[in-house]
Amino acid sequence: MVLFVCFEQLSPIFLYNSVSWSTLAMNTTVVAQLQRQFQDYIVSLYQQGFLDSQFSELRKLQDEGSPDFVSEVVSLFFDDCSKLINTMSRSLEQPDNVDFKQLDSGVHQLKGSSSSVGARRVKNVCISFKECCDVQNREGCLRCLQQVDYEYKMLKTKLQDLFNLEQQILQAGGTIPQVDIN
Amino acid sequence: MEVCNCIEPQWPADELLMKYQYISDFFIAIAYFSIPLELIYFVKKSAVFPYRWVLVQFGAFIVLCGATHLINLWTFTTHSRTVALVMTTAKVLTAVVSCATALMLVHIIPDLLSVKTRELFLKNKAAELDREMGLIRTQEETGRHVRMLTHEIRSTLDRHTILKTTLVELGRTLALEECALWMPTRTGLELQLSYTLRHQHPVEYTVPIQLPVINQVFGTSRAVKISPNSPVARLRPVSGKYMLGEVVAVRVPLLHLSNFQINDWPELSTKRYALMVLMLPSDSARQWHVHELELVEVVADQVAVALSHAAILEESMRARDLLMEQNVALDLARREAETAIRARNDFLAVMNHEMRTPMHAIIALSSLLQETELTPEQRLMVETILKSSNLLATLMNDVLDLSRLEDGSLQLELGTFNLHTLFREVLNLIKPIAVVKKLPITLNLAPDLPEFVVGDEKRLMQIILNIVGNAVKFSKQGSISVTALVTKSDTRAADFFVVPTGSHFYLRVKVKDSGAGINPQDIPKLFTKFAQTQSLATRSSGGSGLGLAISKRFVNLMEGNIWIESDGLGKGCTAIFDVKLGISERSNESKQSGIPKVPAIPRHSNFTGLKVLVMDENGVSRMVTKGLLVHLGCEVTTVSSNEECLRVVSHEHKVVFMDVCMPGVENYQIALCIHEKFTKQRHQRPLLVALSGNTDKSTKEKCMSFGLDGVLLKPVSLDNMRDVLSDLLERRVLYEGM
Repeated sequence: MVLFVCFEQLSPIFLYNSVSWSTLAMNTTVVAQLQRQFQDYIVSLYQQGFLDSQFSELRKLQDEGSPDFVSEVVSLFFDDCSKLINTMSRSLEQPDNVDFKQLDSGVHQLKGSSSSVGARRVKNVCISFKECCDVQNREGCLRCLQQVDYEYKMLKTKLQDLFNLEQQILQAGGTIPQVDIN
Repeated sequence: MEVCNCIEPQWPADELLMKYQYISDFFIAIAYFSIPLELIYFVKKSAVFPYRWVLVQFGAFIVLCGATHLINLWTFTTHSRTVALVMTTAKVLTAVVSCATALMLVHIIPDLLSVKTRELFLKNKAAELDREMGLIRTQEETGRHVRMLTHEIRSTLDRHTILKTTLVELGRTLALEECALWMPTRTGLELQLSYTLRHQHPVEYTVPIQLPVINQVFGTSRAVKISPNSPVARLRPVSGKYMLGEVVAVRVPLLHLSNFQINDWPELSTKRYALMVLMLPSDSARQWHVHELELVEVVADQVAVALSHAAILEESMRARDLLMEQNVALDLARREAETAIRARNDFLAVMNHEMRTPMHAIIALSSLLQETELTPEQRLMVETILKSSNLLATLMNDVLDLSRLEDGSLQLELGTFNLHTLFREVLNLIKPIAVVKKLPITLNLAPDLPEFVVGDEKRLMQIILNIVGNAVKFSKQGSISVTALVTKSDTRAADFFVVPTGSHFYLRVKVKDSGAGINPQDIPKLFTKFAQTQSLATRSSGGSGLGLAISKRFVNLMEGNIWIESDGLGKGCTAIFDVKLGISERSNESKQSGIPKVPAIPRHSNFTGLKVLVMDENGVSRMVTKGLLVHLGCEVTTVSSNEECLRVVSHEHKVVFMDVCMPGVENYQIALCIHEKFTKQRHQRPLLVALSGNTDKSTKEKCMSFGLDGVLLKPVSLDNMRDVLSDLLERRVLYEGM
């Protein structure tokens, strides 16, 4: 019997997770190890704030019909990110005539995308980016832009690792564990 | 005539004599004539003279006498017969009148004399009245003095001022040399000189109270003259005066609050008196007058009254001060209590949350741990952890519950439930333990027990569980029986009348066990918190002792009563409780609880083939939303701009999701356009739902004004989308319940 306990969100740090194993196909210890690794990794990503609940929603949408749904969405997101960041850095290049309107729309897009994907840190940076835009603070915008760049690249690497792990598990014949974060 | 007239004077020397006679007669005549004139004159002048007639007579008499003497003048020389005749007539008349007057006077003179007497009498009377008036005046003055004294005395409520004023005023009014007041000491055996008018005694002078002179004074309420040599009067240094003035002493009753009756002057049963001594100035030969003594007595009485008033006032002031102090203290205590309660409530609120969360975590994770592979020792350890944490959780819940119960903040959560099922559930829960202890449990439900009732299911279960649990806990052998019935009248508590009202009834549950029993003396203690009967058997079973207290509180909340009967130690005991429950109207509405809920809608869980249009400028969002809807089985078309949306939208699409995150009104315009498009056609237009970053009132209003059927908060979770779609398709609008 498995106890499913729901807690109120105590703090950003999700100390208490409950884990449910939908199928325990413990053929080999390798698979088990990989799965545990995967689990720890993804949990750590959540704990460190890289991802939030939206990401888990995305993962829910992945099924036989669309097995690569998450990776597709994520790659689209990263492409979008790089394009937007390029456009925005170009706008911020000349200190005299910065098109804040364009910047604003770019940030808006980025914010929307990141929240759809569940990229928490990126989204948070976008929020502060938007504030800088509103007050037309060029320096602030530059800083935010740099941070966005850094964050999304960071996330990209992390998710890359995650997907690699997934692949390994699948190759080893195991199934990817579901991790529910409420 | 022959004789007189012819007589020739013998000697010429007689002529001198005759001359003298002549002159005297003349003067007599004049006098005689003038006297009546004077009389008449003066009588006329005086207003009152009662004897006029006598006066006339007298006047006539005198006039005639005068006439006679006048006529006599002519008789010295030779005179004619006429003269002689006249003379005779006059004489005769005079004689007549004189006799008449003489006779009259006999009557009158006594009268006149009596007038004199009366006059004397009146004079005496007048003198007497004068005296009396003098007295009255004195008295009146005395009265004035008394009033003034009283006024002075009563104008202050300060004891010392009263006494001092008395002495001063008395001294002034009566012109005393010395005036002293002796007060009884605390012991009551001596009189202490407390106040004097003139002499200041540095040493406190006392006399024993049992002196005969003092007793004499105390024995009467009147002022008593005492000897100037008595100890109480010997106040001033004997300075060789001739005669010491008279001394008067009077008692002054010292009244207590308790002496005063409403209507009559108090009977002086306390017999506490002070002594007032008044001394007249020496060498003055003054005496104590009666009115002065009366004055003194009156003053003494007034002083007594004034003193008692002062005493009353003092006491009432003291009482008031005391009350104020107490008030302040009470207020402080109340505020402290309130602070304490608030602090406790805050503490409880925090602890409630803080304590339960880790508790849950521990229990959850330990149970999970149990599921994994463990060595036997590890399993044992984990089981112990689990048991202890469960116990701790129960303890915490109990304590927290009890605190809330005491606060009165606990409220019953009413709902409809199945009573029969409840009992069976309780029994199922208890059965394992009972089986282990080999105690058969029997359940008897009365046939008229309603099945569906309204009440607090959880708490009722808690109560029954607690009682049955206790029964099982404290019984080592025998059996346990649980009986539930509807009670019509209560036979036990006299002040608790059970009257089943229309839709309510009283449920009585009797739990009888055959365990250790309870000493009848201990029964009242059972329901107190944390108290446990101190037998070893019960000690080993643990528990906080709160169970019964909590059950009692719950029972009371349910307007019921709980009690335990026992025949004594070793004879088992029966726990009985009554609670008030409501009867549910219809048994087939058992699904419905007291809180009205939205009726369950048959939900679409499968949206296969549902044609949906998604419009979103953001590629990532678009893809995510599409993925969501595809997962739910919809057929999704995506567009990335308003124009495209307008172009693509058709009657086949049942729902259009449009992203309205961008600020501005352009996105909403599309909704209007779609409306327009479809009013021209005959087909039903698709439902329009906005996906927005916020769902506050203004956004909702905006959406509604543009004709949108709903607004969703991005990002949408899977379950959310599922619910939303089914709601939408059912009701064609999404705004309520959001």
